[in-house]
Amino acid sequence: MNRAPYMPIALVVLGLALLPLGLTSNTVLNFLSFAMIITLAAQGWNILGGYGGQFSFGHAVFFGTGAYAMALLQVRFGINPWLALPLAMALGAAVGFAIGHLSFRARLRGSYFALVTLAFAEVFRISANAWGFTGGAAGVLVPLRIGPEHMQFADKRLSYWMALSFVAATLVLTLAMSRSRFGAQLVAVRENEEAARALGVDALAVKLKAITLSGAITASAGCLYTQKFLYLDANLAYGPWISVEALLAPIIGGVGTVFGPLVGAVVLLGLGEVTKTAFANLTGGAIPGVDLVVFGVLLILCVAYAPRGVLGLAQGWLGRLKGARP
Amino acid sequence: MLKLDIFLSALANGLMTGAVYALISLGLTLVYGVLHIINFAHGATLTAAMFAVLIAHTVFGLDPYIAVFILTPLFFALGYGVQRLVINPASHGNDSNILLVTLGLSIIIENALLAGFRSDTRSIDVPYGFSVIEIGNLFLSVPKLVAFVASFVVALLLWLLLARTDTGKAIRAVSKEKTGAALSGINVDHIYAVTFGLGAACLAIAACLLMPTFLVNPRVGNAFVLVAFTIVVLGGMGSIAGALIGGLIIGVVESLSGLYFGESLGQIGIFLIFILVLLFRPTGLFGARA
Repeated sequence: MNRAPYMPIALVVLGLALLPLGLTSNTVLNFLSFAMIITLAAQGWNILGGYGGQFSFGHAVFFGTGAYAMALLQVRFGINPWLALPLAMALGAAVGFAIGHLSFRARLRGSYFALVTLAFAEVFRISANAWGFTGGAAGVLVPLRIGPEHMQFADKRLSYWMALSFVAATLVLTLAMSRSRFGAQLVAVRENEEAARALGVDALAVKLKAITLSGAITASAGCLYTQKFLYLDANLAYGPWISVEALLAPIIGGVGTVFGPLVGAVVLLGLGEVTKTAFANLTGGAIPGVDLVVFGVLLILCVAYAPRGVLGLAQGWLGRLKGARP
Repeated sequence: MLKLDIFLSALANGLMTGAVYALISLGLTLVYGVLHIINFAHGATLTAAMFAVLIAHTVFGLDPYIAVFILTPLFFALGYGVQRLVINPASHGNDSNILLVTLGLSIIIENALLAGFRSDTRSIDVPYGFSVIEIGNLFLSVPKLVAFVASFVVALLLWLLLARTDTGKAIRAVSKEKTGAALSGINVDHIYAVTFGLGAACLAIAACLLMPTFLVNPRVGNAFVLVAFTIVVLGGMGSIAGALIGGLIIGVVESLSGLYFGESLGQIGIFLIFILVLLFRPTGLFGARA
């Protein structure tokens, strides 16, 4: 195997892993852990939306399923979180397969696919809010049991490193996928489904594989969310906020690229924090929603001026710098 | 007898709410029919319109039924301008880009309202808010009855506009074949913007009709827009008759399932209809094509 293409991943992950050694403030560590969770959710979206071109507006359905499965398996069945995590990811994959099977069979794409995923997320949200098993509107509380065997870490750096290791694994997986036959077929389906089919690509199978993988990855983000906050309700787990952030991060970072979701999540959340703080200092109190206004503006600006995201812009500048040299 | 009365009043309520749903869906279906794209900012625009009614009432003392004559042209202009100045240039003519830009707009509008008004739920106080008329054993809310009638009037006007005017003819031409329309000298960008303007104007009217009986908060549009998506999908994307009948059906389904199964399950019923129609009959009841 040629290892050279994986070098940038190794370098970036190493850099991120060393960050907490220098920065020890709790605020920064919390920010970094949360950014990794959003990155992971966005990496899931990126497989289906970025590489496959199937824009989901309801990735909360996978995030929430992972988060709820992680919490309920522990609380209701007494299963250890280290076992609950793969089970929850499998459930996320199963939900992905089921939704994909229903919607891709019905040949939904474009706006229709976006709508049906949104509707699934809402059905899950309302059900989780109404059903007693999921704790209803009161939500679920995972008991505090600090210790690595319960996947709850006293040292915040450990939970950051754990999230980072998931992000790293997904970076490698995404790169391997993009270089594989399956990745090429997925991109072919995105660019022109009819042409891909004419060349003998089983478009349905390719899209199903993508949504299943996507579901599992985004579900793992939900699992880590549960372990970090130890509390869930339907609006946190299945709320539109996570569907929006899972979609925004890759689009802002660079859609259909290996590093896009990571760059996008860090830029997005960083800018969100800056805006919130700036407005709070300016007006003397926190204003809800200002960070999201910035996200919306950023989304429109990206679509208008940077269709390949921040990474695309950076590549363009680097290219120009190189071109300018004699 | 009592049971029948309750059933009939739920039915009447469902029909009256359904008519406003239909009005909200008209704008969505019109935009879809012409641009072949779903306007995700539709719900947020409705919320903005409802806040505009609130401001007109609390700051300027305007009754919603008078404000409608100011807000409708205002929202037409807003819709026209936003499509012409933001959506069209930003999306480079790519469908999935329009989807993302309208999503971006909805995030901006909803959260700007949240930042400005906070998440409190507000309402306006009008003298006729609770007045009812009695027909047999049925008590019908006057503002809801007004909304019911007005929704049909607006649908009729919209139909007349599309069927009888040059602009309407141009809109229909663009929706069928935009390249052909452009070749015949129709300014496609202008027609797109007019369509968006009409969609926003419908929402302004809907907001004026809703505010006497509904509450408003920055997230209220979401509840309506998912219902509107369902109606548009059920009625067939792009079909005006479909939106009207779909609206009435959904209004009645919501009202009756709320009566028999409770509020939260009533909501799920709508989404299940939505998913089932999308999966098994994406052309809807009256739609020509998927």
